[in-house]
Amino acid sequence: MSSFELIQFINCKILRNHKLIQEHLWVRNGKIINPERVFFDEKIKADIVVDCNGCIVAPGFIDIQINGGFGIDFSNCESIESGLNHVAKNLLNSGVTSFCPTIVTSPNDVYKNVLPRIKKNKGGSHGATILGIHLEGPFININKKGAHPSECIKNLDAGFQSLIETYSTLENVSIITLAPELKQMDEVIRKLISLEITVSVGHSMGNLKDGEDAIISGASLITHLFNAMLPFHHRDPGLVGLLASNNIPLERTVYFGIISDGIHTHPAALRIAYRTHPDGLVLVTDGVSAMGLEEGKHNIGQLSVEIKNGMALVAGTTTLCGSIATMETCVNIFLKATGCSIEYALEAASLHPAEALGISHIKGTLNFGGDADFVFLDSDLNVLATWIAGECVYKKENVLIKQGGGII
Amino acid sequence: MRLVILESSDSVAEWAAKYVMKRIKDFEAGPSKYFVLGLPTGSTPYGMYQKLIEYYKAGKVSFKFVKTFNMDEYVNLPRDHPESYHFYMWNNFFKHIDIDPKNVHILNGNATDLVEECSSYENEIEKAGGIDLFVGGIGPDGHIAFNEPGSSLVSRTRVKTLAHETLEANARFFGNDINKVPTQALTVGVGTVMDAKEVMILITGTHKAFALYKAIEEGVSHMWTVSAFQQHPHTLFICDEDATLELKVKTVKYFKALSAVHHKLIEDTIPIERSRSIH
Repeated sequence: MSSFELIQFINCKILRNHKLIQEHLWVRNGKIINPERVFFDEKIKADIVVDCNGCIVAPGFIDIQINGGFGIDFSNCESIESGLNHVAKNLLNSGVTSFCPTIVTSPNDVYKNVLPRIKKNKGGSHGATILGIHLEGPFININKKGAHPSECIKNLDAGFQSLIETYSTLENVSIITLAPELKQMDEVIRKLISLEITVSVGHSMGNLKDGEDAIISGASLITHLFNAMLPFHHRDPGLVGLLASNNIPLERTVYFGIISDGIHTHPAALRIAYRTHPDGLVLVTDGVSAMGLEEGKHNIGQLSVEIKNGMALVAGTTTLCGSIATMETCVNIFLKATGCSIEYALEAASLHPAEALGISHIKGTLNFGGDADFVFLDSDLNVLATWIAGECVYKKENVLIKQGGGII
Repeated sequence: MRLVILESSDSVAEWAAKYVMKRIKDFEAGPSKYFVLGLPTGSTPYGMYQKLIEYYKAGKVSFKFVKTFNMDEYVNLPRDHPESYHFYMWNNFFKHIDIDPKNVHILNGNATDLVEECSSYENEIEKAGGIDLFVGGIGPDGHIAFNEPGSSLVSRTRVKTLAHETLEANARFFGNDINKVPTQALTVGVGTVMDAKEVMILITGTHKAFALYKAIEEGVSHMWTVSAFQQHPHTLFICDEDATLELKVKTVKYFKALSAVHHKLIEDTIPIERSRSIH
């Protein structure tokens, strides 16, 4: 279908304004449009009518923290371009229409070689949209390094200059994760915000005050809540305390990524986060190269990984080596763990990440004027089809979508 | 004149929808022969639209060859305002059915030349071959469309300044702020509706009972503009029990006795043209 055609999606429940409503969705030129204007001003009918067969239509999922998948590790990848394409394409199957490829703490030459080659990129049948890079490290606390290589971890003593020297370019960067207790934090955050880069706090030994200061400077996100930060303590609540801080400027919302793969965050911890600060909750996969691979042994780079019962383990051990749940799985696990509404679970994977990145006027909703990126889901929230800019870019086997007289 | 008395407002909605459906079907509308329907807004016809949407979805009726003309619209109210009649018609009816937007006509209260807008509306109706069935509701003061008490019974489509009582009554739709209520409207005239080949007026609720009494038991009066339709050759008043409370027992009994005849109007088997001649 050509993009200028007027497409009407009928027989669907669409997610709009936090509610699933029985409503048609109208799309033209890659955007969601207001059919009332078409009706009264242009006085034309749809060129194409798509029968959604009663399914749920939700904004496409946005994954703001994903290290790779389907055998590819963005931080350790021979050809980053083909690696990105491979992941972008495969993400469509789990309803992801946009993502932030995440680069973990790496040597400078990796940044120098790889960052210029990860371009912001419009999605389509070739794969999900690349919103920009998420740089996770190296300006983190060595005591909360997680799986990051300690020899590459750096301080920020020279302020923004250290950052530029390390990364070389910030052109395609959307998010930078920093440990807020590092020196020069205020200057660095203010500078990054002025470049429209989202600052996330994480991999940190910081206390609540460090977190609050970072937020006041302009940080707006917490990286994988509970993981790689001090555990919540009632007299020293740490970064987790940001969820209930009363020192956050009134007009601001603190967003936080959370891995609901059923392993990295206990269901009770998911519930605590959800009940404490529902507006800021952003589902992230934090997926690693083994995401999307079948059960069994795989060799990824120099690493031998075994996938067993939905967990990625260092082969022959019981050591977890990252999250492998897709966004579709994370949404479902979150829904079951928290008992939240379907609407909320879907928005935690779409609206909330879009808000965290300040792009909710074009992504993450089905509002008029926004990008026509959406997913078809059954009532159990299984992804049936994925659409980017009004084009069907993925369809699950055996799913019938009737269009006009035919089937796509 | 016919008066069909039904149990409840739901039955009024269903009866009216069935009648509209029946008329469209009997008309055998096609690309060269459009059925022309006049339409109201408001709470009374809402149920009728719901039913028509249901029948459309069930494949019982199509609006592909139907042209519509709405009765009225506020002046200077943005089209996407929830109280605009464009908004009402789009959300409660048009977006759910297969009507061609080219065949939909609603007065444009935001037109630069309102007088011109009204006269071209009359021309459009004429060009469409006149209205086959005009559906209307009435206000508690017996007004039809925005033809408030005192309007001429031969009036045509025009700009109407609304009575203060109307503004007061409508303030509840505009955040209880009378200053936000539009003070003018465009409306078809009583004469415009009288020209329709057939008129069906829906009246429900006790608050409309006095108006119904004025409409059918008293004489024709420009102070109760709906009473003009006593003189229309094919007028149907459809009301619920509540709306009959101010009528004489004699009147109610008379029309109820005719109900078997009236119900034939919406039966599938008999063409309306036949049952229409039997009063």
